[in-house]
Order: sequence, then C-alpha cells, then structure tokens
Amino acid sequence: MLNYRSPETRPLVSLNNAGVRRNGRWLVRGVEFSISRGEIVTLIGPNGSGKSTTAKTAIGVLKPDEGHVERVAGLKVGYVPQKLAVDWTLPLTVERLMTLTGPLKGREIEEALAATGMLHMAKAEVQHLSGGEFQRALLARAIARKPDLLVLDEPVQGVDFSGEIALYELIKQIRNRTGCGILLISHDLHIVMAETDTVVCLNGHVCCRGTPQAVSRSPEYLKLFGRRAAGTLAVYSHHHDHTHLPDGRVLHADGSITESCFPGDGHHHHEESEDVHDHDPDCGCGHHTRLQGFEQAEKRDA
Amino acid sequence: MLDDFFIRALVAGIGIAMVAGPLGCFVIWRRMAYFGDTMAHSALLGVALSLLLELNLMISVFIVASVVSLLLLFLQKRGALSTDALLGILSHSALSIGLVIVAFMTWVRIDLVGFLFGDILAVSEADIDIIWGGGILVIFALVYLWRPLLASTVNPELAEAEGLRPERARLFFMLLMALVIAIAMKIVGILLITSLLIIPAATARRFAGSPEIMAVLASAIGALAVAGGLFGSLHFDTPSGPSIVVAALALFVLSLLPVGRRLESASHSSYGGHR
Repeated sequence: MLNYRSPETRPLVSLNNAGVRRNGRWLVRGVEFSISRGEIVTLIGPNGSGKSTTAKTAIGVLKPDEGHVERVAGLKVGYVPQKLAVDWTLPLTVERLMTLTGPLKGREIEEALAATGMLHMAKAEVQHLSGGEFQRALLARAIARKPDLLVLDEPVQGVDFSGEIALYELIKQIRNRTGCGILLISHDLHIVMAETDTVVCLNGHVCCRGTPQAVSRSPEYLKLFGRRAAGTLAVYSHHHDHTHLPDGRVLHADGSITESCFPGDGHHHHEESEDVHDHDPDCGCGHHTRLQGFEQAEKRDA
Repeated sequence: MLDDFFIRALVAGIGIAMVAGPLGCFVIWRRMAYFGDTMAHSALLGVALSLLLELNLMISVFIVASVVSLLLLFLQKRGALSTDALLGILSHSALSIGLVIVAFMTWVRIDLVGFLFGDILAVSEADIDIIWGGGILVIFALVYLWRPLLASTVNPELAEAEGLRPERARLFFMLLMALVIAIAMKIVGILLITSLLIIPAATARRFAGSPEIMAVLASAIGALAVAGGLFGSLHFDTPSGPSIVVAALALFVLSLLPVGRRLESASHSSYGGHR
C-alpha cells in the first residue's frame, strides 16, 4: 500500500497549544495532548479549570481561539455531557434515547443496554431514572453507536463509591473490547481510573501531566479503598512548579508572582513518587480536599 | 347540508392544526412559547409593511417574522440582556411599529380585529391551496430535520459532538415557525396563533409514550379542536378564532380529568412492570 501510516498509529485527536477565550478571558490556554486508539486520557483539575472546555474543544463543539486541534477524518464520537436535563414535556424512553443521534439495529441497542446493566429499564422514561441509572443509560447510548472516541464528562457524578468502581470496570471493558480511545473527565484530583494511560491536570492551562500509580502497590490506599477497588483505582501524584493563589494569580517556583500562567508552565518534573503529599497540604491549590474527604469518611466508618 | 364557507373553514383549520401539532411539540420541549408569541406579534408589522409597499401579505409576514427571529439570535449572541427581556422588547415594539404605520396610512381602512383574532370563515379556495401546499412542505421539512432537531432539543452540544449540526437545525426550525405563522394568521389571528401551537401539544403529552407519537397526537387533537370550535361558533354565534382556542382548552382540561389520569397511570404501570 502507498499510504503505509494506518489510522491506528495516528492519534484520533491531538491538541496543539489550544486555547479558548470567552468575554476577554482565557478559559483554558496552551493545552497539548493527544488520544490514540485504545488509549485512555483522564483530565483532572479543580472546578472552573477548563476540563469540559478542553474536552469540547477536542471534539469540535468549541473552536480553539489559538493553537489548533487535529482530528482524523470521519472521527465518530460518542459523548456523555456533564449536565443533561431532559424536559418533563418530552416523552423519551431509554430505548428511544439510544437512537437520538443516529439509527441503530435492535441488536446493537440491546447489547449496549445489557453491557451497562440497563436492559430491564429499556421501556422506562428517562425522567424517572435515578442519577446513576441515567448516567448508565447515557453511557449505553454513547457506546451503542460504536464510536472511535468516547468522551465522558464526569461519568461517575451522582454515583456512589461501589457504583464508581463498577463504572470504571465497564469503561475498561469497553476499551478492551472495542479498542476505542477514551477521554475521561474526573471530578477527583487524586484518584483516577487505574487503566488511565495519561493524566492531564488542568487549571486554566496544563499544570502537570503523567501516569497514575496503581493503588494496589500502596498498602495505605489498599486499606483505605478495600481490595475490590484497588485494582480499578489509581493514585495520581501532582508535581507542580507553581501554585494557584486564591485571587487567581500564580506563584512560581522561583518566587515570582504573575497574573496568570505561562502557556509553557507545567512541563517539568515528570518523575513519579509514592507520596501524594509532596507539597504542602495547605498550599490552597485545592488538590487535597477530596483526599481529606476520603480520610474523614474512613474515620466516620471506623 | 353545511355551507361552502363552513367546509372551507374546516379544511383550512385542519390543515393548520396538522402542522401546528409537531411544531408546537418542539415549542414546548424547547421552552420557546414566548418566542412563538414574539414572532406572531411581529406579524402585524408584516401586515403594515405589505399594505405600505403593496407586497403579498403572507410573504411579507413570513419575511418580518424571519427577520425578527434572526435579530433575536444576533442579540442573544451579544449577551447584553436576558432572552425574555429581549423577547419582550422585540414582541411589543414590532406590534406597536405595525400599529403606528397603519395609523399613518390614512388612505387605507383595514380590519384590525380581523388580523388580531383571525377570520377563518372568509377563507378562499386559493387560501386552502396555500395552507395545504405550505403545510405539506413544512411536514416534509420536519421529517427531514427530525433527528437533528430532537437531538439538539435534548442537548445541543451532544448533537454537535455527534455531527448533527444543531445550529442549522435551529435556523430551519425558526424559518418553519415563521412560515406557519404567516399561513395561520388568517385562521386564528396574530394573538391566538401560539395557543394553537401549544395547547394541543400540551394535551398530547399525557397520552404520548414517544416524541413521534406526541407529535401525531398533537395534530389530531388540534384538528379536533378546530372542528369543535367551528361547530361551536356556528351553534352559539361566537367568533371563530377564539372558539377554536376555547375548544382546544376544553380538550386540555378534559385530559387533566380522572379519566385522563387513569389512562396515564395505566401507561405508567406498564413501565412499572419493568422496574
């Protein structure tokens, strides 16, 4: 063949120095990452750090105001948005939701609903579902169309801890079975899906990136989460060369303070460490809150 | 034997109800009732301009309603005022400018009440051709646009991400609304068009298990309201446009009664079996 570069070796999506500007403010800037077939990329970061904006830019819902985004031609996306409210006046069953954006065969619908454990709810109206059931129905809809790239914006919101583990298991199976690329947005700053290939930590720009550390390797986390969770979850340790101050300014490692981040920030310090708390917990960067929540929950349970 | 004018009114009214049903479903799903009102109110400006410039009435109403909806899209993008405030400004200023222009044209006498409340009994055979021709065009366009419109009603970003171009669907939807308002103005009048869009669709909701069934039911309920209203207006000698709306309201109230509830709970218990 003349064109030897098969689609499998080219990234499905790659962002090069991408930035989105709204009302004179940069929502996110200098974002660089790519997703290939079979790869899982997790975006993490505090609220308002531009995770959803970045994901929407990657799939073409938003146009970048600087830099550029490349997608392979004919990329088929399956998207689970962060917030989706179906108006009460719209009669929509789970089954009808499945073919919302394109026709499907009956068998494809059944397979996707069975995979997410929603087959028994096929005839239920979506407004009657619980938060977790609705998330699973949306996931079923996104995978039924057999996408090249699955984009999940906080898929575990409103789902309890064991549900979260089950959902991550399911996402892993989808990736292994279909070989699609997955862009996952996590509300959690430290605990990510163990199968994640790359974690990108955002706070208006890429703060740091790296690979997560399997929980099962750390006895402390094994105790904290239990054995079932340990194979599914992973710990991501942040290595920042700067701190975000409460007023929005940025304190850099060399002691200088600037109004915002430099697009080039965060591309240093890639070494891995066992210790999550390698910077001061009171730093105000917001990266510690969730973990403290876990510890408190454990104390209550004890 | 019914008179010819009555048959014509019935045929025209049912033609309007047929297209108003599915379009009205989108109006309530997308929470655009006030938007429909605004477009309808701007129709009077279209009437005034057609008299001033000696244009075809339906064409000038269609153009003015389209321009008003595009103006709204443009102002929404600027984001200075909330949508409902913008709608309030556009709606009543278009209506008022229309009335002022009419007042300046001392050489014409127009039946303002006829435009505000419609005059279905004056429908001609040419009107019926336009209503059914335009109506079938709108139905075909809706069938073609159904998937992108429904998907972007649920979530525009989802539709965009999965390649359905929601902006284009929304633009076409607004043009279809303008077309239906231009055609329907003569039947129920400027002030009552939105009710023919909304009330049958709201009535259909309680009995519908899918968006498609709701659209078809809304058409059927609208046609029933037109027939009921026209026979009522003949029998009680009441104005025809308002009588149609009252008939639609009566059907809506009926759907809220216990009989309606029983139907509804029966359809819900079939879901219950799956839970």
